[in-house]
Amino acid sequence: MAEKKKKFMQGNEACSEGAIYAGCRFYAGYPITPSTEIAETLSVRLPKFGGVFMQMEDEIASICAIVGASLGGAKSLTATSGPGFSLMQEGIGFACITEVPCVIVNVMRSGPSTGFPTGPSQSDVMQAKWGTHGDHPAIALTPASVQEIMYETIRAFNLSELYRTPVIILYDEIIGHMREAIALPEPDEIEVVERKKPSCKPEEYKPYASNNGDIAPLAVYGEGYRFHVTGLYHAEDGFPTNNTKLIGEANERIVNKVNKNIDKICINEEFYLDDAEIGVVAYGVSSKSAKFAVKEMRKKGIKAGLLRPKTIWPFPYKAVNKLAKQVKAILVPEMNLGQVYYEVERASRGQCEVKGIFKVDTEAIHPKKIMEEIEKFT
Amino acid sequence: MKIAEDLSRVEETEKGDDLPNIVINETYCKGCGICIDFCPTDVLEMRGNLVAVKNLEACTKCQLCDLRCPDFAIQVF
Amino acid sequence: METAATPKKTKKAKQTPFDYSKYIRGGKLPHIWCPGCGHGIVLKSLLRAIDTTGRSNNDFALVSGIGCSSRTPGYVDFNTLHTLHGRALAYATGLKMAKPNLKVIVTTGDGDALAIGGNHFIHTCRRNIDMVIMVYNNYIYGMTSGQFSPTTAQGMIATTSRYGNIESPFDVCKMAEASGATFVARGTAYHYGELEKILYEAIMHKGTAVIDIIDSCPTYYGRFNKFKTPSEMMEKIEKEGTIPLKQAAGLPPEKLQGKLIRGIIYKKERPEYTSEYAKLVEKAGGKSK
Repeated sequence: MAEKKKKFMQGNEACSEGAIYAGCRFYAGYPITPSTEIAETLSVRLPKFGGVFMQMEDEIASICAIVGASLGGAKSLTATSGPGFSLMQEGIGFACITEVPCVIVNVMRSGPSTGFPTGPSQSDVMQAKWGTHGDHPAIALTPASVQEIMYETIRAFNLSELYRTPVIILYDEIIGHMREAIALPEPDEIEVVERKKPSCKPEEYKPYASNNGDIAPLAVYGEGYRFHVTGLYHAEDGFPTNNTKLIGEANERIVNKVNKNIDKICINEEFYLDDAEIGVVAYGVSSKSAKFAVKEMRKKGIKAGLLRPKTIWPFPYKAVNKLAKQVKAILVPEMNLGQVYYEVERASRGQCEVKGIFKVDTEAIHPKKIMEEIEKFT
Repeated sequence: MKIAEDLSRVEETEKGDDLPNIVINETYCKGCGICIDFCPTDVLEMRGNLVAVKNLEACTKCQLCDLRCPDFAIQVF
Repeated sequence: METAATPKKTKKAKQTPFDYSKYIRGGKLPHIWCPGCGHGIVLKSLLRAIDTTGRSNNDFALVSGIGCSSRTPGYVDFNTLHTLHGRALAYATGLKMAKPNLKVIVTTGDGDALAIGGNHFIHTCRRNIDMVIMVYNNYIYGMTSGQFSPTTAQGMIATTSRYGNIESPFDVCKMAEASGATFVARGTAYHYGELEKILYEAIMHKGTAVIDIIDSCPTYYGRFNKFKTPSEMMEKIEKEGTIPLKQAAGLPPEKLQGKLIRGIIYKKERPEYTSEYAKLVEKAGGKSK
């Protein structure tokens, strides 16, 4: 059996390779630690594919440029970190309401403000959901290894095209800068979703038609469909409306695109969950420690198990609720002062104890700490 | 002749072939008075809140009213 | 080029009126602009300039930010994009790079382009990316009902400068030229024909073209600053307040005081961004679009 082609690379590089595999042909970004390697890699790689790399004047310009490029038909990406992610929020909201596919990578670092730029954290999870104003859809993926960054980047582009909405990839500085030998997928090995284009006559095209829940195809500018895109609430034809009924329907529709497809969007890894009596819900780098801890506990005969969401938004409420029914307690280790913890508590509905293991000193949570906490429940 | 598809309430002043036609779209006209003030031969006037033709005979078809109308509301031919 | 016609006693039509219906989206007029607002005049000049190019509606993209001027794209039958306050140029840049064959025209205002969007403005000019930037400059934030803007002259009244504005205004053209734009011009709504010609030249130019379009906001700027009618504003600000480039050339500085120079002020050939990028792709061994 032929060995898979393996390459030693960094998380941020894996993200770039995943983007190219997914068909990304436009990147706009602004240098910021610890995400800069994505820009550096793509500045070399994209031109080789005829793609565009642009270093913009700031992160606001970056998010806006990728939405503009996406309307020009290019699958588009930007990457940033905490402060830049804050600057991008208005632009993310614009992509939500105008339903323009794009992917945003946030390599999480310590905050608020400049914080500790080279220090990892997981403290932007809630910002990924609620960062931009107004009710809006949110999809955020939380890969936990270099290999997974590549796969999840491809999935991010697919989800973005499928649901016509921005998708956020959240990982922390540790995985972003970690180096692992990863398998590079062959062409056609992984499904790549291409944008659905309209087939109707241009004069009949309705870029925001509700189509009984099916998402309307998105035409490309300059190809005969002269449609209008606006950040104002708009009717099915894309033009601004003051009709309160249409406004309400449009807002619900963009949110429901994600809410009604939670089962398709949410992917979790389950590790020793079948007979678990103590659960751990962890994502990103903290899930690495958690996995190690669970393994060690099992060696001691303690029935611990791990639920690892690869999709953090929409949150896997069902899976967590099911786990809460089964276990005595759920532990939530995360590198913040409690974000996913509250979602787990909400999903558990009082069926078990939920305890957070929080750390914000920019050092990863040690497996020992998780083991100690698990043992308290035995 | 139409300015846009939904041109409505077109007031056409036709008084024979040798006289100009001035078409005022009352739906578009906002009565700003620019066309009246810049008309070199004092053809137009305000009637209520909208512009109207006062002295068609004086019109030279210079089209200044059309070219300076911000509202696509007046045409001369 | 002064287009004010002298009255002649001829009843013959000089020309049939321009038919805007090819470019105006059905059912979208009347527009939202106030009575006497010059934006409509500017738009008409733009549509005539576009018509002169003979290119298809499909070839143009109109991109805007937020504000009165930014409502332009909604009325016209092109590829149109109405974006965030100040960010039109960033969206336009992304779009242009993805579709280099599109002629991208940005309709923006003094607040949108120079205050919140000032950073994007200077950097877009610096890149010299092929794009037309129309700054509808009416010295005021109209959409939010009359606050002073980065081009409001000192001493003028706005809702946030009731005692007279104490800030110095930007000169859009100087700023554009200093930032690297390769086509810099000034026109007015009053001089609609000259503006049409400038806009045509700007569209044909390969590189960043900035046009400072002096325009009137009778509702706010006019009312606060004691202009009685829209036409009085046009006369005093746009006509008397400006002077053609050629005419200005022979005049001493004291005669030019308080007057803005009209016409194509600066034009230069310099490598354009999309062309340079295509070369970069070739250098990298990739296939260009």
